[in-house]
Amino acid sequence: MSENPKVTVTVNGVAHTRTVEPRLLLSDFLRGEIGLTGTHVGCEQGVCGACTILLDGRSARACLTFAVQADGAEIETIEGQGSIQQLGRIQQAFRDHHALQCGFCTPGFVMVITDILRHHDVETDAEIREALSGNLCRCTGYEHIVNAVRELVRERGKLPS
Amino acid sequence: MKPAAFDYVRADSVAHAVQALAAAGDEAKIIAGGQSLLPMMNFRLVKPSVLVDINHIAGLAEVRERGGRLVLGALVRHRITASDPLIRRHIPVLSAAMKHVAHLTVRNRGTFCGSICHADPAAEMPMLALLLNAEIHIASPRGERGVPAADFFVGSLATALVHDELVTEIEIDTLPAGTGWGFEEFARRHGDYALAAVAVTLQRRNGVAVDVRIAVMGVGEMAIRLHAVERVLEGSDLADARLDQAVALLRSEIEPNSDLNASADFRRHLAGGLARRALSDAWGRAKEQIAP
Repeated sequence: MSENPKVTVTVNGVAHTRTVEPRLLLSDFLRGEIGLTGTHVGCEQGVCGACTILLDGRSARACLTFAVQADGAEIETIEGQGSIQQLGRIQQAFRDHHALQCGFCTPGFVMVITDILRHHDVETDAEIREALSGNLCRCTGYEHIVNAVRELVRERGKLPS
Repeated sequence: MKPAAFDYVRADSVAHAVQALAAAGDEAKIIAGGQSLLPMMNFRLVKPSVLVDINHIAGLAEVRERGGRLVLGALVRHRITASDPLIRRHIPVLSAAMKHVAHLTVRNRGTFCGSICHADPAAEMPMLALLLNAEIHIASPRGERGVPAADFFVGSLATALVHDELVTEIEIDTLPAGTGWGFEEFARRHGDYALAAVAVTLQRRNGVAVDVRIAVMGVGEMAIRLHAVERVLEGSDLADARLDQAVALLRSEIEPNSDLNASADFRRHLAGGLARRALSDAWGRAKEQIAP
């Protein structure tokens, strides 16, 4: 095996440099190396969506990306959305609509919703559900999550084309 | 649930990538989107000793026109295929099919070419490559070659690629204005692998169907074009009796597997029903052309 590569990844605006084994998943890099444990690890096979982060502005499964691939990339995680004192807009909508119970899936939902609000012209409930369909929640039955997203997309309005 | 160790090569050109593949014997894997490869590596079903990352090779992320066909580079993500205006205008059946491909987040990373290299028998891209008479462009240390989709897929998760070859782009037919199309898929949950899917295109000329194409997936070892079914429909007006004949033939031509999601009989029944709908949709969407 060759020497382990050194990677520099910008996470929520802060650059981090580490030497990593190529096989280290981005999800484990964020949690174990950087100490940002808000990115949750559910299935490690790309099915549940709990580890969803933004990679150069678009949602990605952190468990289906190697940390070494993110060298030079901009990553956004749930920790960049807000704090307990000052919730981010999506977090506030989740609170208002009771869109979480145990909270395990919530970071992944908040990150994919960030992608949706920035890039996708979803409007109807069917479109909202389709856009959220890659993330699993076992508590809420999705109703309250859809309610939160409906408010957020109405508030945003149409994306400029 | 953690991958086995490997060496990582970030390729900066096609030549660099194929050199790295050749140097690794048959133990290397290419990573583009990685949306099928990573789950297999996490489960250690696949343990490459070298991973060649092609994501930073310039010029592979474009959709462009060439000689009346469309060319999709190896880094064209599903998100781009789904929204590209050239594809929407010239190959609406492809845009429509993209709704069925996994989920928003996976579509951000996964690529058309990666999916055909993976060659899952229940994935949309191999079926569409067959429907659109794709030519797959391949680079290796020996130079370049093109392989028609009909010769590219050789079995379940198996292609004509050898260990030091890289798919650089896929070239697909555009469809003439007025082409009718149908796409029908059934999956247990939206975005899951299909139990069966059918794609159809046809032209409607002087009251009959011409250049009828039909492909199916999820109902055998690999996606297939059904040329015998196409011949039954060619030159017909797709009246009920002719559709019945085509559906019966389709059901006899396929060899679905049974698994925990569905029996072979159910899949055979389903594929026939989906084909009938897709054919009717295509006929309904086709614009009548009067040719001398």
